[in-house]
Amino acid sequence: MNAVTGGFELRKELFADEREENLNEIGKRTRRQDIEGHVTGRSPFYDDHLFDGLLHMRYVRSPHHHARIRRIDTSQAERMPGVVRILTGKDVPQNLNTLLSLLDFGLDDEPVLSDTKVAYRGEPVAAVIAQTEAQARAAVKAVRVDWEPLAHVLDVEEALAPGAPTVCETYPGNLFVYHGKYNHQKLRYGDVEAALASADHVVEGRYQMSPIEQAPIETCGAIAAPEQNGRWVCYTSTQALFFSLGTAAKVLATPSSRLHFVGGTVGGGFGGKVDSIHEPLAILGAMLTGRPCKSMWDREEEMQVGAPRGAERWYLTDGVMDDGRIVARKFTGYFDAGAYTRLSSYAIIKAVGHLPGPYTIPNVHADVHCVYTNRTPATAMRGFGITGVDFAIEAHMDKVAETVRMNPVDLRILNAYRDGDMKAHRRLAKNCAFIECCQVVAEKAGVTIKPESRAASSLTGGGGERARLPARTATDEHGRVEGFSSGSYAQKGGAPAPAPAGVPTAPQPARPPSRSSQPAPVSQGTPAPPREPAQSGAPPPAPERPAASKDRPRRSGAMRFSSISGFRRR
Amino acid sequence: MAVHRGRGFAAINYPIGMNLGGDPSQALVHSNPDGKFTVALSAIDLGQGMKSVTRQIAAETLGIPIDDVYVDTADSDTGPHDMGSFASRGTHRMGNAVIMAAQEARSVMLEAAAEELEVDPGDLVTDGRGNIHVRGAPSRSITTMAAAQAAQFKQGRTIAGRGIFLIPLSEVDPETGEMTPVSTFAHAAMLVEVEVDDETGEVAVTDMQSAYEVGRALNPGLVEQQLRGGAWMGMSHAAWETTEPYYPARDHGPVDFNHYLMPGPGDLAPHHISVLERPAEDGPYGGKGPGEMCANPVLPAVVNAVYDAVGVRIDELPVTPEKVLRGIRANGGARPRQAL
Repeated sequence: MNAVTGGFELRKELFADEREENLNEIGKRTRRQDIEGHVTGRSPFYDDHLFDGLLHMRYVRSPHHHARIRRIDTSQAERMPGVVRILTGKDVPQNLNTLLSLLDFGLDDEPVLSDTKVAYRGEPVAAVIAQTEAQARAAVKAVRVDWEPLAHVLDVEEALAPGAPTVCETYPGNLFVYHGKYNHQKLRYGDVEAALASADHVVEGRYQMSPIEQAPIETCGAIAAPEQNGRWVCYTSTQALFFSLGTAAKVLATPSSRLHFVGGTVGGGFGGKVDSIHEPLAILGAMLTGRPCKSMWDREEEMQVGAPRGAERWYLTDGVMDDGRIVARKFTGYFDAGAYTRLSSYAIIKAVGHLPGPYTIPNVHADVHCVYTNRTPATAMRGFGITGVDFAIEAHMDKVAETVRMNPVDLRILNAYRDGDMKAHRRLAKNCAFIECCQVVAEKAGVTIKPESRAASSLTGGGGERARLPARTATDEHGRVEGFSSGSYAQKGGAPAPAPAGVPTAPQPARPPSRSSQPAPVSQGTPAPPREPAQSGAPPPAPERPAASKDRPRRSGAMRFSSISGFRRR
Repeated sequence: MAVHRGRGFAAINYPIGMNLGGDPSQALVHSNPDGKFTVALSAIDLGQGMKSVTRQIAAETLGIPIDDVYVDTADSDTGPHDMGSFASRGTHRMGNAVIMAAQEARSVMLEAAAEELEVDPGDLVTDGRGNIHVRGAPSRSITTMAAAQAAQFKQGRTIAGRGIFLIPLSEVDPETGEMTPVSTFAHAAMLVEVEVDDETGEVAVTDMQSAYEVGRALNPGLVEQQLRGGAWMGMSHAAWETTEPYYPARDHGPVDFNHYLMPGPGDLAPHHISVLERPAEDGPYGGKGPGEMCANPVLPAVVNAVYDAVGVRIDELPVTPEKVLRGIRANGGARPRQAL
């Protein structure tokens, strides 16, 4: 044991009969393949790929939480030393995107470079490309933007109050729309209200997860350069190579075959390097100048403009019996997405599938909302969709234990999920090991638990009665949203968006494209025919059938989250 | 005025891989002329050891020494598609793709060896040290190097394999939330010890004792690094970090590491880790993925420990001296419980 860092042991005796120990390489403490390069400082990261004549991009950003852009005047900045080009929204071929459009999840809602309105402090409206970083920074200060500040909202519940300003016009109610139908994701299992009414105790709590920076040592960025044969190379810190490549291909309206992405060795990610902010901009810079371009956040941008782990607010209500059994658990959750969706809507689905935590509770109810506020958009971070609600659940469990005067470890083992139990998302639990983890910690830390807790096992005591679905589940239609339709692109496959004219499809000498040749944004939001609303109280609808696609442009994308969010504004 | 000790407990489970599936990973494996293998991926190594764990999985499946495998990753011209390194999906998804690719390559390697040894390929085994021999007859053997050379220069075979792992996309019911979120869950329990100064409100995490269940620890060294680093990150989330200290107000946002507070080496609590292994039926060699869950139990365990120490519930993270002092004041003084 190491007195400073603490010990490490493998508890091989647990689940030993489920494991063979006859492997050669698996289970060994083999040294990392890349460790020598890392510890000698020789491993190449994206920022080590430097080019002769590399240009630097810096961004003009909103000083306001929410403002209309009356005019952007770059004329003085363009004449400054070293400035090669200044990009604004009109230079971006497809200047509206949502990150998860590659999964067909959600509507395009976020400009690459905003040209009509900004919705958070730090939102970029122009990119200066200059020969040195200092020259780019100096020219950023010389860009004149005529702002018209608007009322803003920063709190998730205030954003839902009547009269709150609309943060993002794509979602006028400041809420993401699920299934084209509801302004939140529902979980309904059993009848929570009835169970709360008959419980011995009702325990309530409100929990707030703070926004947190991923804080990688290497800040997010990309370097792009013209490659041979009509292609562009992009060295990137991305956590998801083809995700970023696909996003760049869409935003730049360029066939993905013309993009060559290189990455793989990253100086810390923790979720903050999925957003694919820099890759399209660096490649666009290279396309429009014909020279290598670097887009990279400095530390301040990484912390205040780079998307953090979003804040989450959770309200929990438990119904508990005197003996410690939890018979009902109710959640109301608000994810603070910030100004645009990024990945928050998806994390909520993940959170809902996770509720009520690792416990078998016969009645569970959740309404979880993806709320837009005038702050930096949130994105993934380690434990995305789970960390915040786990904080709420486990802080709440401590209050429940106190209420029923139980040891907190005993309370958890009593309510733990076991192999064969029905979970609230209506699938059977398997491969459980929650009880054993609790037992090992209690033993190590000298916490005295009841004999029945010591004897409990994930392998036994589950299933049977506990495998049954509730006899009755209370459903409702509250939170219905009109004006969106679901299932409009439930088909598999799809073709890449056509490349609009006017954007170079191969590297060529720097020449500003003429204003008149700028393409209109590729339409990706053609309305689909409205669907019949499901009847109130009807059984859950069958999975969506692929709809006829004759009059609808197909979207490029890896796959379709049709039932979740395959919807469009009518 | 005093420093109070408290202990707090929390336990969690964690879904492995992208929710609802639909997140494929692919791998290509081929032999070079002398029997060394290249694994081509587009997975990202964030420092978590992606290259190393896939290298071990490839070597295990091929039945060759680890030194004979090199993982080349994240060049979109040569690596096949992968969704990315997030959602604790790397080991589980990519590991399975590598197994599939390596199995195909192995079968060609054994066919080539069988032709040289004039035996049935089904009778051949690998010893993991660079030899292929007839089961039960180690003297009837050929090196993997000789088999690879024979395949490529004599027999005209390509020793190569393709692998993909995909859990098909599933649906979510709008009315009930019925869904098939993931196929595999990891587990953890955590007890932390804190010291709370009732004069300054400062909270120090002094010790962490944990149990993490990870399916199978494919490389215990990499698992330990993930759990150690991740738990400290959880401790930091609980008691140190935020980009918006007065959320939802945006004032006082930190812009560098002088203002964005994180624990330094002297602040890190010793962490005593026990790893449990209940293999996942669809995990590579049973592995799940320890990447994300390691931080999660620490956050609630810290606030529960603060309550145990001074009787103040902190329901809004992070735990700051200001919140602790306000709580103590509202209670009319510290109320040590030390119930755990």
